[in-house]
Amino acid sequence: MTLTRDDRAMKDVYIDSLIKLAREDENIVVLDADLMHSNSTIRFMKTYPERAINVGVQEANMIGVAAGLAATGKIPFSHTFSCFNTRRALDQIYMSVAYAKLNVRIVGTDPGITAAYNGGTHMPLEDVGVVRGIPTMTVLEPVDNVMMEALIKDVAYHDGPVYLRVNRKEPEKIYAPGTKFTIGKGMALKDGQDATIMASGIMVAEALRAAQLLKERGVNARVVNIFTIKPIDQELVIRCAKETGAIVTCENHNVINGLGSAVAEVLGEHYPVPLERVGVQDLFGEVGSLDYLQQRFAMTAKDIAEKVQLCLSRKGGV
Amino acid sequence: MNVLQASDQKRLEDFARQIRVTTLKELGHLGFGHLGGAMSVVELLAVLYGDVMKIDPQNPAWEERDWLVLSKGHAGPALYATLALKGYFPEEMLLTLNQGGTKLPSHADRNLTPGVDMTTGSLGQGFSTGLGVALGHRLEGKDNAVYIVLGDGECQEGQVWEAVFYAGNAKLDNLIVFVDHNKQQLDGFIDDINPLGDLGAKWEAFGWHAQEVDGHNVAEIYGAIQQAKAAKGKSSVIILHTIKGKGCHFAEGVELNHHMRFTQEQIAESLAILEGGELS
Repeated sequence: MTLTRDDRAMKDVYIDSLIKLAREDENIVVLDADLMHSNSTIRFMKTYPERAINVGVQEANMIGVAAGLAATGKIPFSHTFSCFNTRRALDQIYMSVAYAKLNVRIVGTDPGITAAYNGGTHMPLEDVGVVRGIPTMTVLEPVDNVMMEALIKDVAYHDGPVYLRVNRKEPEKIYAPGTKFTIGKGMALKDGQDATIMASGIMVAEALRAAQLLKERGVNARVVNIFTIKPIDQELVIRCAKETGAIVTCENHNVINGLGSAVAEVLGEHYPVPLERVGVQDLFGEVGSLDYLQQRFAMTAKDIAEKVQLCLSRKGGV
Repeated sequence: MNVLQASDQKRLEDFARQIRVTTLKELGHLGFGHLGGAMSVVELLAVLYGDVMKIDPQNPAWEERDWLVLSKGHAGPALYATLALKGYFPEEMLLTLNQGGTKLPSHADRNLTPGVDMTTGSLGQGFSTGLGVALGHRLEGKDNAVYIVLGDGECQEGQVWEAVFYAGNAKLDNLIVFVDHNKQQLDGFIDDINPLGDLGAKWEAFGWHAQEVDGHNVAEIYGAIQQAKAAKGKSSVIILHTIKGKGCHFAEGVELNHHMRFTQEQIAESLAILEGGELS
């Protein structure tokens, strides 16, 4: 399986899609906390200066101001790195946004190990976990530029607050142009009956490569992209458990409280089958290249393939 | 006009007395609650809802209305009494305060109570959300005023100073912030815990138009609001020097009066004093 890397950074595709939408809807407002050049929100500022707010280095105030703008009918998108836009402003997200029913779109960039050279202090491995526990919150992780562009309108008009986890860099191409996506629905990328690999974000490409490795070993693995981590596609998880009898989750996050936990909750309550979770095994992040970090935290295609085989042995199969 | 007419002053003083009496009955029915900080904002609420604010109690979501963000959300019971007296909802509803299924929770909730403009409770947050509302109005070219009420203990929150910093630079003419400076916080006197120093000077240093007035004098509050409105090109703060538990004989001057339990006898005594006009 050969995947090609897009030549456009996802942050640019994201902001250009938002600028396009803002052309049609003057209620769209952008906020950033001194990372406009890092997040490409500077492009929005240059196009619609009156609708762009740079509050400076103050994340709590940014989330609150965004909530207040929502109270007046605006559609605010707040931006900063994932770590600051979740754990740093968590109480504001909880009360000013979710509890108050003020629909802010919280855009966290550099999720998980893609924070690479910013290192452990800036490496959010718990962001999905902390926001997932807040009622009404929808948690999305677009996987490539086709999805990013396609989802922006649904994100803007979604009823309820949204946390959007955006890889700033050039993603590998997964979907054909024109593909349709529905928030809350996972997508099968490759069929298979022996086990299901459920992946999100940068781990989707690894999962597809893992399926290729497994095929060479005679294992036919299904690959599913779960880009809505909350609400989890319960129906799809149960169907895959029934049809393949083993599930391996792959996430760019701590295995506690992210995709693996969400899938485990569904399986535990509805259809228990052997489950293995690929992701950071409850460790802090570190500095280094993405390639180094994937090896360091056992998040490569090879690691996924090994977990699938472990899962199959527990299933009593291959 | 900066000066309140004598008849209006009397009217607002009467309204304040009514709010205080009604709040006391509301909390008294429950037997416990955030009494101190509710009593200290009564005159402010009387001036805002009795005169200054553009509101329509029959249409709480009126687009042209002025907004009040009670960032010190624990003073909700005083706001509820004010709203009931203005006709947003029946006064009997006040007796449901904090009961399961009520529309009147301990801390203000925009989704539950007619007339409550913002959900507050976690301190510091109402300042930022109120600021967002003012910015939203400015984007729309609307002149709705936004009034934000902070507690003085609340000013120990970092988020308050983020918002002071940003709003000072944003120069929002349509925003007035009040600090209920009653000198006490939950654990006691502010000066014994984490003193605020010269609060007015601090706000001025961030580019605000700052005034300090007697927060229990309706004419002074009214005059300061008019002056704040006249100060164009600057965000305005009015520091209200108040007394925590004001007008409630068993709470005023008590160190731990942030949240109290009280007996029906205490409430009856206090109401008798208030209705006799001796304290207020």
